[in-house]
Amino acid sequence: MNDKEYIFQTKDLSIYYGNFKAVTNINLNIERNKITAIIGPSGCGKSTLLRAFNRMNELSTGTRIEGGIQFAGQDLYAPDVDPVEVRYRIGMVFQKPNPFPKSIYENIAWGARIHGYNGNMDELVENSLKKAALWDEVKDKLRQSGLALSGGQQQRLCIARALAVQPEVILMDEPASALDPIATLKIEELMQELKKDYTIVIVTHNMQQAARASDYTAMMMLSEDGKRSGTVIEFADTTKIFTRPSDKRTEGYVTGRYG
Amino acid sequence: MLRKTFETEIQHLKDEILILGSMVEQATIDSVEALRTRNEEASKKIIEADKAINARRFAIENQVMVVIATQQPMAHDLRLLASILEVAGELERMGDYAKGISTINLRMTEALKPISNLPPMAKKSVSMLHRALTAFVNEDLDAARKIPLEDDEVDAMYDQVYRLLMSYILENAHNIEHANWILWAAHNLERLADRVTNICERTIFVATGDYKENPSSFHKLGETAPGK
Repeated sequence: MNDKEYIFQTKDLSIYYGNFKAVTNINLNIERNKITAIIGPSGCGKSTLLRAFNRMNELSTGTRIEGGIQFAGQDLYAPDVDPVEVRYRIGMVFQKPNPFPKSIYENIAWGARIHGYNGNMDELVENSLKKAALWDEVKDKLRQSGLALSGGQQQRLCIARALAVQPEVILMDEPASALDPIATLKIEELMQELKKDYTIVIVTHNMQQAARASDYTAMMMLSEDGKRSGTVIEFADTTKIFTRPSDKRTEGYVTGRYG
Repeated sequence: MLRKTFETEIQHLKDEILILGSMVEQATIDSVEALRTRNEEASKKIIEADKAINARRFAIENQVMVVIATQQPMAHDLRLLASILEVAGELERMGDYAKGISTINLRMTEALKPISNLPPMAKKSVSMLHRALTAFVNEDLDAARKIPLEDDEVDAMYDQVYRLLMSYILENAHNIEHANWILWAAHNLERLADRVTNICERTIFVATGDYKENPSSFHKLGETAPGK
């Protein structure tokens, strides 16, 4: 275990919306430069947990956590940590591609510029688009609107935008659920490329996607004590989760008989 | 119930395995009986019927691939489907043993006394096979762990045939060729029982996810049964 480097370590993490405890008692170690998938039925707190990793939850009032998250060995929720800075280091890609209503070029340059980037912007745009496997498709139309791209291209543009601010982690919340199968496979292939330089945590409803694309899988489920709070019931190598899960509920979920 | 279609397809495949198994059981018993009674017509029929066993095995294989492609099985379902492929392959090879015994009958020119030792050996191996397949479709762990222990009995029967044949050879060197044919037939039955233990190991794998080779399937050094 000691040769693994964990970029996130949660300790007894619970997440509340007001008085409602949405997520209970999570203890997860997320390994650096790996892809970790979070799966589980609707409403079990997958997205809530994901959003805790870059303090996105705080954008809605009344949200608070108990326990803690260590990010690269530091307390992510320490009072002196700037949540805006956190979100640069831990980028996020959402279910629906949400490019700005600006040119492809500006979609990428904008975040970097306000983040204080003062290097060669053309180079940054090109590199980010190349890393997101989009460059060849858009290099001749960088001044066109990002909204003119196909859904799959828009999603890769959003990934390029996240990469432009040089994060360490990319959180993905159902990044392919609005895409067709070919665009979905492109995103999954891209993830394999990206993990060389970044850590990826992905929430997905698509079990085949988790099986194909991730190294580790965390299975979440609502507690059975009537409080309806989500927790991780099994966390293991993805191959184990999909061939020999230990927990009967994981078995039921991945075989499509439960949840 | 969620996944009713899938459950129906799985059940159908289990039924197919039992049908294929019963064809192999029948072929094994018949092949030894034909050898005992030196019935060449019966042996020719068994050789012909082996084509149907092979065809059935490939039909199962094809159906498993269709289910994998269309239903995306995971976890226990995936282990079961992979094991059905394996078990169908084992059964097909057992069918080849029966075919081999039938061919021996066609090639042998005269009978030797120890042929009478083969039917009980066939009966024992087939009984193990029958119960192993029942355990496989029912995922009966207890039976899957116990049946391989009986392999020792089949090995002992094989040793007995071996010793008898050696005594015939020592008695008259002209018996060598025939003794060799019969030893080969006995060897086929002994191998069939070995493959039964493979089916039991698969059953344990389907039920638990563990690969565990049954210790009793390792033959003790110095005895005569080969092919371990």
